[in-house]
Amino acid sequence: MTNETLAGYSNLALYSAMVVLTLSMVLYAVYLAGLLPARESARESAAEAEVTERELVGVGAGAGASERAGRGVEAGPPAPVELSARTRKAGGIAQSFAVLGTLLLVATAVLRGLSVHRWPLGNMYEFGVVASMFTMVVFVVWALRRDVKWLGLFVVGPVLVVLGMALTVWYTEASQLMPSLQSIWLAIHVTVATISVALFAVGCSVGLLYLAQRRFGRSRGVLAVLPEPRVLERLTYGLHIIAFPLWTFTLIAGAIWARQAWGAYWNWDPKEVWTFVIWVVYAAYLHARVTRGWSRESATWIAVAGFICVILNYAVVNVYFVGMHSYSGL
Amino acid sequence: MSLSTQPTDPGRDEAITQPRLSAMGWLRFIWRQLTSMRTALFLLLLLAVAALPGSILPQRNIDAVRTADWIAQNETAGPILDKLGFFEVYGSPWFAAIYLLLFISLVGCVVPRSRLHWRAMRSQPPRAPKRLERLPAHASIEVDGTPEDVLRDATAALRSSRFRTHSYDATTVSAEKGYLKETGNLAFHLALIGVIIGMAWGYLFGWRADIILPVGESMANVAARYDTLRPGPFVDTSEFKPFTMTLEDFDAVFETKVKGEGQFGTPRSFTAHVQFTPEPGAPTQKWDIEVNGPLETGGGTAYLLGNGYAPKITVRDAKGNITYSEKTPFLAQDNVYTSTGAVKVSGAGPAGKQLGFAGLFLPTAILDEKGPRSAFPDALEPALALTAFEGTLFPGGRPQSVYSLNTSEMTQLQDPDGKGPLRIWLTQGQTYELPGGRGSITFDEVVRFAGISVRSDPGKELTLVSALVALLGLILSLTVRRRRAFVRVAPGTGEGRTVVTIGGLAKDDDEGMGDQLEDVLTRLKERRT
Ligand code: HEM
Repeated sequence: MTNETLAGYSNLALYSAMVVLTLSMVLYAVYLAGLLPARESARESAAEAEVTERELVGVGAGAGASERAGRGVEAGPPAPVELSARTRKAGGIAQSFAVLGTLLLVATAVLRGLSVHRWPLGNMYEFGVVASMFTMVVFVVWALRRDVKWLGLFVVGPVLVVLGMALTVWYTEASQLMPSLQSIWLAIHVTVATISVALFAVGCSVGLLYLAQRRFGRSRGVLAVLPEPRVLERLTYGLHIIAFPLWTFTLIAGAIWARQAWGAYWNWDPKEVWTFVIWVVYAAYLHARVTRGWSRESATWIAVAGFICVILNYAVVNVYFVGMHSYSGL
Repeated sequence: MSLSTQPTDPGRDEAITQPRLSAMGWLRFIWRQLTSMRTALFLLLLLAVAALPGSILPQRNIDAVRTADWIAQNETAGPILDKLGFFEVYGSPWFAAIYLLLFISLVGCVVPRSRLHWRAMRSQPPRAPKRLERLPAHASIEVDGTPEDVLRDATAALRSSRFRTHSYDATTVSAEKGYLKETGNLAFHLALIGVIIGMAWGYLFGWRADIILPVGESMANVAARYDTLRPGPFVDTSEFKPFTMTLEDFDAVFETKVKGEGQFGTPRSFTAHVQFTPEPGAPTQKWDIEVNGPLETGGGTAYLLGNGYAPKITVRDAKGNITYSEKTPFLAQDNVYTSTGAVKVSGAGPAGKQLGFAGLFLPTAILDEKGPRSAFPDALEPALALTAFEGTLFPGGRPQSVYSLNTSEMTQLQDPDGKGPLRIWLTQGQTYELPGGRGSITFDEVVRFAGISVRSDPGKELTLVSALVALLGLILSLTVRRRRAFVRVAPGTGEGRTVVTIGGLAKDDDEGMGDQLEDVLTRLKERRT
């Protein structure tokens, strides 16, 4: 029943995507490196915070006020940073490659689905590929709305690691699904789960950059060319408040499906437990952010813990824990 | 300045400063601590941590056998963890304590907040601050018109941006919007309580019952007919709706094309074809129950949760009289349906001894130096591999598993050629003559059985609706922006000119506030031209 030719093309698309994304990652690194000298000269014009903000993120005025005041820098008139032609070019090509890589990942998933006549989310390999795909989609779509080229390296890099793992450790031949997976809820529940994982992933990446800036200051290396901490923190939050309702939906849809397939909407199966734990941890993040006595920094650590749970849920619970979700295909 | 109508932390601080507390004071102090947001946060994190061991250690209600094995293998840790409830985490007192505290905290937090929000929704936005330029977002323009006209139009502009407005004097207007944020937030938290009530309701009034039904056999929805029945504390098992069901046929398909590891032989589809009669006298309907397609019986939902083989086995005594003839279910132990089971011939044979057989059913049997095993889950070459015992089947009349023999008061039959214990190998249609005039055993044929589970959960609708309300509330709470805007008018530089200053205040940092003010000013300008 599986179409071997299409499955072959799907794998080909994946290899191509990995080549293109590797190039994209390298060029994002070149771009970041190129920002460094631009930053140095901007600093001389004593308008650095404002500049970074305008140039890189384009946030409205006012957001950076406290940060600037705190560091005792006079806010002068914004002096546009002159990016070298090389840097600008590297950023542009990196972005184009990211888009191309994303399209190739979409092709990978679609061809895989066509080859088995089903939704391509039936085993760990497919989760890995589709989660990477959505992460790239989130990033590329976000890049349409604001300049997030500074983030490219920190998204494409991890995506490549996951794709590498998918190909080497989790690879499973294209095939049909076992009976309990043959349901429309597979498409609904797992797809939404993967989209929110993608958003959590990008959110975690930005959150870690924020935490790094907090810990090491903004004067060092790459940290210096990122948007200021306040902006990073808000972007982290912004991504999480999209992801969290989607995860809530995942939880509800999973419960509905569990009633269909297993006879009870909640069974305390390890995978269910972890989905719940992840939900609670992210709820705690949103809580911590508005709890008096909790800094934004500590709250962001909870968000990072949430993503660690997401990774464990995927890489450890799927493979090693005995439960009704043992569908990894390994 | 902050949006003070939103007491994220209702009165936490003043309790701490009270010098000496009376008993009442202590209670209030504890209550305030419990309902503080910091405690809620702590309990949330604690709940996450407490839920984890149940996903790592085997749980008794899910897999009792694996749990017992684990405890036996870990002689020191096992019993201690067992005492502490680590094998029934989600029913343990400490787990319950955490979520109950969390929900008391939730109620204690949400009820006062609802009251405040109710008041806030019906009160007016506060007076404009003296200097609007001090607000985080502000703008100023000069337009044609008298201050009164301009203020009137500014009010209209604010309203068309869906602000609620109020003027305390002739030169200012205060506006506020985004009340839905707090409404959504409260709905979210209240709905969580609904989810818990729904779950509790389902536990108290729900039940589940399992039965193994070989092809060709029937069942009725009465408590005594089930192999296992787990009713909630408030369930009257005599009031089950008396539907009946016959398993006509059972289809199973296994993967044969893809040879990859973990794929070949995995199940692809299971279908139980049943004849279903909703109540005595009602017309019979044909139904297919599938793994993702349960049958709503009207008195519980019938699920297909398992399947396996029930070889029909006949035992005869020395004279050829049938002493046992049943489709005997053997339970699958692995993916290739190597199944274990037992035959208990309760009628006494010669010398008052009962016969018992135990062993394996192998759907696609192989017998080589590694012993008898199955190579594929489908019944391609079915065989039975049995050993035989005689003696007392039910010592002391105690209840025991149908699928294994209690051999404590039985002796194993020996091979007449002295090759050790008697080993019986039967393929379909074969008969084996037992030694010593004990009669014979025949493997007539094999049919599949369906493991049917009937379940009723009257709380599920409440849980589902509450969960969806929670989701909706969450989305409102996270997307709606709570914003305040203030407008002040003053005479402008020339005759008939007015300076309009607008300032905005948002909860949390709100990137869109500047745009919002811009939008209001644009609407104002439209009105002035
Ligand atoms: C079962 C326990 C709880 C869960 C799962 C939970 C979850 C959440 C989540 C996910 C949010 C962020 C979304 C939103 O703003 O609506 C939130 C916000 C909030 N929660 Fe809870 N919560 C719980 C208990 C409590 C308790 C006990 C309190 C009171 C002490 C509380 C007070 C608040 C407040 C004030 C906010 C608003 C934050 C804001 O203004 O953005 N929550 N909660």
